Amino acid sequence: MGRKILFVTTDQQRYDAIGCNGGMVARTPVIDALAAQGYRYERAQPQSVVCMPSRSTMLTGQHVSTHGVWMNGVPLPADAPSVAEVLHAAGYRTALIGKPHFEPFLDPFMRFAENRFSREPLTGTHRGFEHFEAATHGGQGMLHYARWLAANHPEVIGMFYPVLDGSLEVNALGGGETGAPQVWENAIPKEWYHTDWVADRTIDWLDGLDADDDWFCWMSFPDPHHPWDPPKSELGRIDWRDVPLPEGYPQTAAEREAILDRKPRHWKAWYEGTLVSNYEAPADWVPATMTADHVREVNQRNAIECELIDEALGRVLAAIEAKGWGDDVDIVFTTDHGEFQGDFGLLFKGPYHVDALMRLPLVWRPAPSSAPAPAAVTRPVGLVDLAPTFCAIAGLPVPEWMEGKPLPSSDTDADARGFERSLTEWDSVLFGVAVHLRTITRDGWVCTTYQKGHSHDGTEGELYSLTDDPLQRVNLWDDPAYAAVRDDLVADLWDHQPAMHQPLRRVEAPV
Amino acid sequence: MTLGSIRHQIRIGRSADDVWARVRDVAGLHTWFPGLTDCQVDGNNRVIFLGSGMAMPEEILVNDDVQRRFQYRITAPIFRHHRGTIDVIELGADECMVVYSTEADPRTMALTIGGGTAGALDELKRQMEEHH
Repeated sequence: MGRKILFVTTDQQRYDAIGCNGGMVARTPVIDALAAQGYRYERAQPQSVVCMPSRSTMLTGQHVSTHGVWMNGVPLPADAPSVAEVLHAAGYRTALIGKPHFEPFLDPFMRFAENRFSREPLTGTHRGFEHFEAATHGGQGMLHYARWLAANHPEVIGMFYPVLDGSLEVNALGGGETGAPQVWENAIPKEWYHTDWVADRTIDWLDGLDADDDWFCWMSFPDPHHPWDPPKSELGRIDWRDVPLPEGYPQTAAEREAILDRKPRHWKAWYEGTLVSNYEAPADWVPATMTADHVREVNQRNAIECELIDEALGRVLAAIEAKGWGDDVDIVFTTDHGEFQGDFGLLFKGPYHVDALMRLPLVWRPAPSSAPAPAAVTRPVGLVDLAPTFCAIAGLPVPEWMEGKPLPSSDTDADARGFERSLTEWDSVLFGVAVHLRTITRDGWVCTTYQKGHSHDGTEGELYSLTDDPLQRVNLWDDPAYAAVRDDLVADLWDHQPAMHQPLRRVEAPV
Repeated sequence: MTLGSIRHQIRIGRSADDVWARVRDVAGLHTWFPGLTDCQVDGNNRVIFLGSGMAMPEEILVNDDVQRRFQYRITAPIFRHHRGTIDVIELGADECMVVYSTEADPRTMALTIGGGTAGALDELKRQMEEHH
C-alpha cells in the first residue's frame, strides 16, 4: 500500500486569498493547518492565466506550447498524456470530481466527452480517470451537477447568476448592494451549492474504495471564479463595508491611469473600454466605471466562497481520517490562475502577466507518515511541476514527456535541483484581435515580451522588480539602466520556451 | 455591432463535382457533420437536430450547382443574424477546396457554430478520400 493523493484545486484564486499567505479577509484554517504541516510555496506560477491551458498543464506536466491548448476553447485531445493515466496504470484508483475544463463547455453539438458523461456513463477511463463527475459555475448546462440540480432541486437553477447575457457574452450585469459586476444574491441552500456538492461527491467516491486501495482524487472546486454568487445564507459572514481595499488598488482615477500609462497599451485600452481582447471578461463592462465599493463587495463574496471551500475541504479530510487513511494521504492544494480583484482598477483576467493573475496559492502537505519538515519555499515553481510531483509521491519515475520536476521541499532542495525560473504564455485571437505574450520569472524579476499583434508592434514589454516593486507598478522595460537585465531575461526565456505545437490546435468554441 | 465572422477551409483529394454532390444534398448534412443526429427537409426549410437534443430550424437560401455554392440561415430566435456558406472550389481534376463560412449575431454563436463546421470539413474530407 502506497501514499494516496488528494489534489485540491480552486478556480481563479489569488495568492493572498488564504490566511497562511497573509490574506486578511477569508478565514481558511483548514488550508492554513495543511501549510503549517507541509510546504507552502511563495512563488508558484501558472503556465497560463486562463483555465483550459492551465488545467491542461496540471494534467500533462507540460508547458502550454507543448500540449498545445493555447487558449480557452481549444480542446486537449482525448489521447493527450495524463498523469492520471500513469497513476491508474500503476494500480491507483482515479477520480476527477468538480470542474475539469479540458474541453469546451459551449458545446451544443455535444462533440466533447466531458459534456456527454452525465448522459452516457463513462466506460473504462477518460484521461486516466475511472470516475468523472463534473460541475461548473452555475446550475445550467450538461454537466453532472446541473443534471443533479435539474433532477432533485429544479427550483434553484434560476437562482444562480446568469453567466451569459442575451448575446451569449460573459455577463456584465451587476448586483448585490453596490451593483458590482457579476455579484449576485443566490437563494440556493448552502448544501446544494456546487462547493458542497463537490465535497459530497468526493466523500461518496472515497467511501466506495477499499481500505487498502491507493487512490488519486482530483477535487476541483469551481469557486471562487466569478460569478460571485455564494449562497445568500452565508453573506452575514463578512460585511462588505468592512473589507479593506486591496493594496494593489490605486484609489484615485488619476493614480490608476498614471500606472496604466506605463504599461503596454492594451492595459489602458481595456480599462477605458476601448479594447476587449479576450472572452475572459464581460465585453460590455468598462473597468474605469468600477468604484471602491464594487471592489469591496466583490472581495467580500470572493472571500465567502473561499471560506466555503475551506470548510468543504475540512469535511473531506474528516472523511479521510474516518477511513483510517490520515497518515498516508498527500494533499496538494492550488488553483489554475489568479484574479485581479481590484488591482490596477481591474477585475477578472486577461493578457496581463502580473502577480494578481500569476502568483498562486500552492500548499503540499505530504503524508504525515513521510515525516516532512515544514518549510516555506521561495524559489519559483510552476503548475507544470504538479504532475511530476504526483509521480514522485506514488514512487513512479517521471515520464520523459513531462517537462516539470517534482516540487522541492525547501529552498535548499530547490537550488540543488535547478528551480530557477517559471515560464508563462498567453496567445489569444478573438475576432481579429491577436495578443501574444511570453513571460519569465527569475531572480526576483518578472519580464514579459510581446509579439506582434493587434495593439503591439513586437517591441513592447514589461519588466518589474518583485523586490523593489511588489505591486508591479513601475515598468522598467524601456529604462536604459535595466536594459542588460531585460536582455538577459529575454534571452533566457527563449532558451527555455518550448516551441508551439504544430499544427496549431483549433479554437472550437469561445470557452 | 456583435457580428462574428468565421471561415474554415480544407483541401480534399476528390473532384469538385463529387464533393459538391455531397454538399448539395440538404437532407444528408448529418452524415458528415459531427454532432448532428438528423435532418428533416420540407421545401426550403430544414430542421437539424443537435447532439444536445436541440432542434435548430434553418432556411435554405442558395443551392447553386453552377457556382457550387450552398447558403442557409438558422432562423432560431437566439440568432439576430446568421448566414452559413459552403463553397466548393475546383483546384484540379481530382482536387478541390471547400470553404465553410459562418457569420452570426450574437458573435459568440459564430465561434460555437464555427467549431462545428471545422469538424464537419475534417469529416467530409475523411469520407470523400477514404471512399475514393
